[in-house]
Amino acid sequence: MNRDSNSYTFLFAAIMVFVVASSLAFTATSLKSKQDENVRKEQMQNILSTIGIQTDRDGAEKLYNEYVTQQLALTLEGESDDEVNAFKIQLGTEVKKPVEQQRFPLYVAEVKDETFYIVPLRGAGLWDAIWGYIALESDMRTIKGAVFDHKGETAGLGAEITQQWFQDRFVGEKITDANGTLVGIAVSKTNNDPLGNDKDDHEVDAISGATITGDGVTDMISERLAHYTPYFKRAISKPVEEIMEETSTEEIPSEEAQTIAYQN
Amino acid sequence: MKQKNTPLQKPSLFFVNKDKEALFSKKNRALLSDPMDDNNPITVQVLGICSALAITVQLKPAIVMSISVLVVMAASNVIISLLRNLIPNRIRIIVQLVVVAAMVVLVDQVLKAFAYDVYKELSIFIGLIITNCIVMGRLEAFALANKPWKSFLDGVGNAAGYGFILIVVAFFRELLGSGKLFGYQVVPDALYAMGYENNGLMLLSPMALITVGLFIWVQRSRNRKLIEKN
Repeated sequence: MNRDSNSYTFLFAAIMVFVVASSLAFTATSLKSKQDENVRKEQMQNILSTIGIQTDRDGAEKLYNEYVTQQLALTLEGESDDEVNAFKIQLGTEVKKPVEQQRFPLYVAEVKDETFYIVPLRGAGLWDAIWGYIALESDMRTIKGAVFDHKGETAGLGAEITQQWFQDRFVGEKITDANGTLVGIAVSKTNNDPLGNDKDDHEVDAISGATITGDGVTDMISERLAHYTPYFKRAISKPVEEIMEETSTEEIPSEEAQTIAYQN
Repeated sequence: MKQKNTPLQKPSLFFVNKDKEALFSKKNRALLSDPMDDNNPITVQVLGICSALAITVQLKPAIVMSISVLVVMAASNVIISLLRNLIPNRIRIIVQLVVVAAMVVLVDQVLKAFAYDVYKELSIFIGLIITNCIVMGRLEAFALANKPWKSFLDGVGNAAGYGFILIVVAFFRELLGSGKLFGYQVVPDALYAMGYENNGLMLLSPMALITVGLFIWVQRSRNRKLIEKN
């Protein structure tokens, strides 16, 4: 057959498309279960790391079952919906539903008699989705830890939200003011407390060159946490002042860790 | 010697044509070594500059990127070379693109299943491989006209030449820009105490160009073959 004829060209293109498409489809489907397993374990790993438990992906499942005692799917009113498996809720699709139909996953973990509440987050960065987890201490307002991840933020700028030094800035910050009203945490470029010593200012220092990603983190935190307020209000029985006294000793990052963070 | 009488050997589809050339003959070794120096894709042909700017801020992504480019280039070079007598001339660029894109997606999927951490590390860079002009350039210039084994060596050689520059540039950028290597601090605290500062400019893309430029300068002063005659 003549290699320059039209029919040969069409035939070649058709066969090529068929072969390439079927081999890619085959690979994608046959690897799907393994990939999903990785994603699931990573989710557990992320949840654990917000409460200060570092583990590799393989060990995540065992530790997760050990520490996470409850997985709640909350309604807008703060009730737990037992028919929904909170761990399986995909926030990406869940946030597109009408807000009354959404279920808000909440993980309750217990480590050495301390209770932590872990809230999954999802929002928009500059280019694509950003997400993460934020763990609150038993007073339901002090942040124990946070992790963030993203799909396609700019490497070296917005993508730095996944770095430990950025996530550490959230530790100890409060999400509500003294009256218990939700304020959130602002990722701020005009923060007059760049070392993060003031843990009651509801602000952390932003990353230079990543303004929109930072704003996305700010919005994500206040928007997602707002839906949990009914549950938190109900769960807190103690008056706010009492709790504030209990948590007066904050974990302040060491001088050295801060210096390293700011060299970045 | 018998072979001499047989008329016209058919072009072999397989890797080696044993009668003709040893696997690592001098010519074949040159395919591997030329792109490292005399014909380096970045410093001599000035290809693949964009990705060289993007991923040389730190050593680790630079190394991971080099390895994935090596896998993709070697594999797509071999595939195109195997198909070289079948590919219709008029759609050859499309065929090359499809092969490279398919390889990149395959690598992406396999990494996601078996090396999830590497997959996360690479994330956006892996897509960048498709746009790397070195890959397409070698397919068009070499694999379409040469046998699979030679094409394989050419792919490995060029990817290694590319990776070598990437790693050298990333080494200096991470060392001078962040005072670290592979994410670990190597500049001693005592030096910072004496007033040494990391050079923030090294982290930005212009310094990648300047570093590559300095590298070209060093290379040309050592290698007389590269100096153009007027």
